Amino acid sequence: MAIDSDVLVVGGGLAAVTSAVAAAREGADVRLVSHKASTLRQASGLIDALGYVPATEPATPLRDGPPTAGRELDRDEWPDPEGPLADPFEAIDGLPESHPYRILGADALREGLALFDDLAGDAYRGGHTDRNALLPTFGGSVKPTARYPAAAEAGLASDDRPALIVGFRSLTEYDARAFAGRLEAAGVPFDVAGAEVEFAEAFRADAKVTRLAKALDHDEAIDGVPAREALAKAVAPHLHDAVDEAGGVERVERVGFPAFLGDQEGDEVRAELADRLGADVFEIPMGPPSLPGLRLEDRLYDALDDAGVRFETGNPVVGVETAADGRVEAVAVDKKGRETPYGADAFVLATGGLVGKGLDSDREGVREPVFDLHVPQPADRYEWFVDDAFGDQPYARFGVRIGGDGRALNAEGEPEYDNVFAAGGVVGGADAAREKSASGVSLATGIVAGREAATEATQ
Amino acid sequence: MTRHTDDGETEEANGPDEKREGVDGPDEKREDADGSTTGAAPSSPAPGVPEAGRDEQPSIFVPDDGEVPEGTPSERPATDGGVESAAGGSDSADLDPDAYDPVDVFPGGDLDLREGADSCYKCTSCDTSCPVAEVDDEFPGPKFQGPEQWRLKRKDDHDIDESITSCSNCMRCDDACPSSVPLSQMHNEARGQFVESQMEKLSREYIRNRILSNYRFFASIASKVPRLANAATKIPGAMKVGEKLLGIAGDREFPDFATQTFREWWKARGGAQVENPDKRVAYFHGCYSNYNTPEVGKAMVRVYEHFGYEVMVPPQKCSGTPMFANGMLKDARRHAETNVENLVEAIGEGADVIASCTSCSLSLRQEYPELFDIHGIEDVSEHTYEALEYLRINEDLEAELAGTELADEQSFAYHAPCHARNQGLDRQAVETFRDVDGVELEDVGDSCSGISGTYGWKEEKYEKSMEIGAEMFEHMEDAEGDVGMTECPTCAMQMEHGTGYEVEHPLQLLEDAVGA
Repeated sequence: MAIDSDVLVVGGGLAAVTSAVAAAREGADVRLVSHKASTLRQASGLIDALGYVPATEPATPLRDGPPTAGRELDRDEWPDPEGPLADPFEAIDGLPESHPYRILGADALREGLALFDDLAGDAYRGGHTDRNALLPTFGGSVKPTARYPAAAEAGLASDDRPALIVGFRSLTEYDARAFAGRLEAAGVPFDVAGAEVEFAEAFRADAKVTRLAKALDHDEAIDGVPAREALAKAVAPHLHDAVDEAGGVERVERVGFPAFLGDQEGDEVRAELADRLGADVFEIPMGPPSLPGLRLEDRLYDALDDAGVRFETGNPVVGVETAADGRVEAVAVDKKGRETPYGADAFVLATGGLVGKGLDSDREGVREPVFDLHVPQPADRYEWFVDDAFGDQPYARFGVRIGGDGRALNAEGEPEYDNVFAAGGVVGGADAAREKSASGVSLATGIVAGREAATEATQ
Repeated sequence: MTRHTDDGETEEANGPDEKREGVDGPDEKREDADGSTTGAAPSSPAPGVPEAGRDEQPSIFVPDDGEVPEGTPSERPATDGGVESAAGGSDSADLDPDAYDPVDVFPGGDLDLREGADSCYKCTSCDTSCPVAEVDDEFPGPKFQGPEQWRLKRKDDHDIDESITSCSNCMRCDDACPSSVPLSQMHNEARGQFVESQMEKLSREYIRNRILSNYRFFASIASKVPRLANAATKIPGAMKVGEKLLGIAGDREFPDFATQTFREWWKARGGAQVENPDKRVAYFHGCYSNYNTPEVGKAMVRVYEHFGYEVMVPPQKCSGTPMFANGMLKDARRHAETNVENLVEAIGEGADVIASCTSCSLSLRQEYPELFDIHGIEDVSEHTYEALEYLRINEDLEAELAGTELADEQSFAYHAPCHARNQGLDRQAVETFRDVDGVELEDVGDSCSGISGTYGWKEEKYEKSMEIGAEMFEHMEDAEGDVGMTECPTCAMQMEHGTGYEVEHPLQLLEDAVGA
């Protein structure tokens, strides 16, 4: 006997959750199996759709001749991408035909974002418009994004109120003064100053962001002063650091912190700091480890529970257990050495890309390890990449190809199985890092795969 | 049916303070069971001994006295891994990547963790999942304790950082790591080496930890006189004396000992009531269900017999969980030898191994094969399941429970133990009872209870333990039910300690639901 459901979703990230909820809302009985805790905790928490359309042809034709990996010869050069885009939907037609947005259509993205808005509720902003928002990120760059956490709202780069960026010496990935300088260099329409303040010094030098968040959640005493008050006191002397164009000093109206302002009690922490400082307070999305990512993960898994989806993490799906007549009947879940069959009428593969390990690679080739789906790739591995690191890297678009209904395709462009769908990073065709499209691709492919899988399973 | 019902108390003489002789060699009992000595090649395995062999590899934790295991990696010259030269082509047979063993690069043998250390890409997911790092400013987190410490201690002159003793072994980092770095295995190895070579054996901390990890030894004595033992722990000031003398958290209430242990009950009822050669399970009850909460063990037996299983109760010792957490690997290995021997025999008779405690099942499944090389240990690992998990795989529990109704409506505040999480079991109780009328199971969130077995029993960790647990206590109080539920006995202690709730095991609820 197997563990059965109508739809089995393999994976635990944004695409997996989206497809699971979409399938459940179509009336299917859904189970989600993720090898590890969700990688949403590594995500910035921003939900991008399409920020740039990168060039797919180099400025000058690629050189012929032997491979030159790792050598400082004349690199190929690529034109700058088109963007930042004001409207992601308008730019979809400029993407290559094999891009998931082109295959599924702009409506898939629109519906995916609408589902996200429903799941995220008041914790997210940006749903009022099709247009991208511009958010400063911790590298000091400004990112076009479709949705953003409410905690980041006061930090919008299109806002012209003067801002103070706060940093801490012990938080080495983030230098507030350099950050402010880079924002000014990027031409933001507001005056900005960066200040390094004393606060995190009360903790160990490499304290985890979760430690700082917990201290603020609980308002722990730091040298006898409650944490939130101590943080506000450390920041207060810098509220007049911003200098306007005329050289005059002005009081900032908003203060940006690295994203550690509480975990469970984030709203309360921000409100108290804003009150004490007399300025709006916002969080700047960080790289991993990311509290906005953790909060999003909590929210989405609560949504899974509400939708009646059963889910488990801890054991990997390692392959197809049984298949017949062009259909997969069960997959094998490796439970600490013993394979257990999990049966379903339809499957959604949402295991991520090369980084997420939904795709596996070695010198011989690139594979999809669960269903062994077809992954188009040049036979010669020296054609997997180009010399310009920021060029159109073929490997970035590696992945499983899907049809307009989300079914995974074989080398002939026909469905590999009648009941296997793919979503998210494992789907090829997008260069998510350059396009700033990772979340949007997950939402668009997720909602299509989930709905179609439910239809397949319940028809 | 009295097979496997001997009480398993015969080898109780190996308490923490008694140096047991002859641990190294195969003992009398093993020879009897196997019909051969363990060292012999398994050419003609005796009944009950699977044809193992995959697990025959050197492991660091040789029994005693730093004896070097046979088959220590030879002094093969290190290679660079056989990367082809940029000029193209490999010109030497030595560069064959298949012939290259990464562990050879570093001297010193140990477990082959190089690949695991190299898999770490520093995303820090483990650190954000660590409940101790969240409250303890002295603890550098699992990324340091795992891959970073592992690299540091490759150097001969590098001591293991003492902070390893602050890891509670909740193993959440294993579940968090997207790259499958064997973090808990690294922690267990480092902690074992720290205790072995750097910890003062006469120190109060060592003695206290040894006592805590060998709970079974003391519980077995206390349960001979349960009423007296229970009274003793309630003498005003008794726990304070424990704190002063040994550093055991004085604010905790010592768990009550049952007046009849599970094994005594099992013997008294005449062993198994169902015989079924096609559906056999060997019950690993663990120490707590035996000495403290026999009602959990009884529920397991009644539920499994309800589903037509023949239950075997092999002789057994501690699963090792508290010993791993305290770096007492020699103790754990000694107990593991008894467990593996008896469980392998049961497996040979067609049984799968069932544990009702999620830490016991995790230990047998994961820590055993990761840390010890004992004949048959891989087979024990592959045949072990948690009690509810096994029924969900092999029985149509959903159909069985559909339409069932509990006479008295009851809401439970359910906490998933960290060790359940690693086995993919953190949601199973909530999902199983979703369709039973009259039962409401509310998941109180994914935080750690904070006790982590023996961690919260240590005087110096008590406050941290309660701080970690605060979120769970809060959610329990917000939940509708005023009865707690969890699979883990020490989580149950913490839940009870923090809220005053009575705490049950899902098997007890299942027993009520199926009317077993």
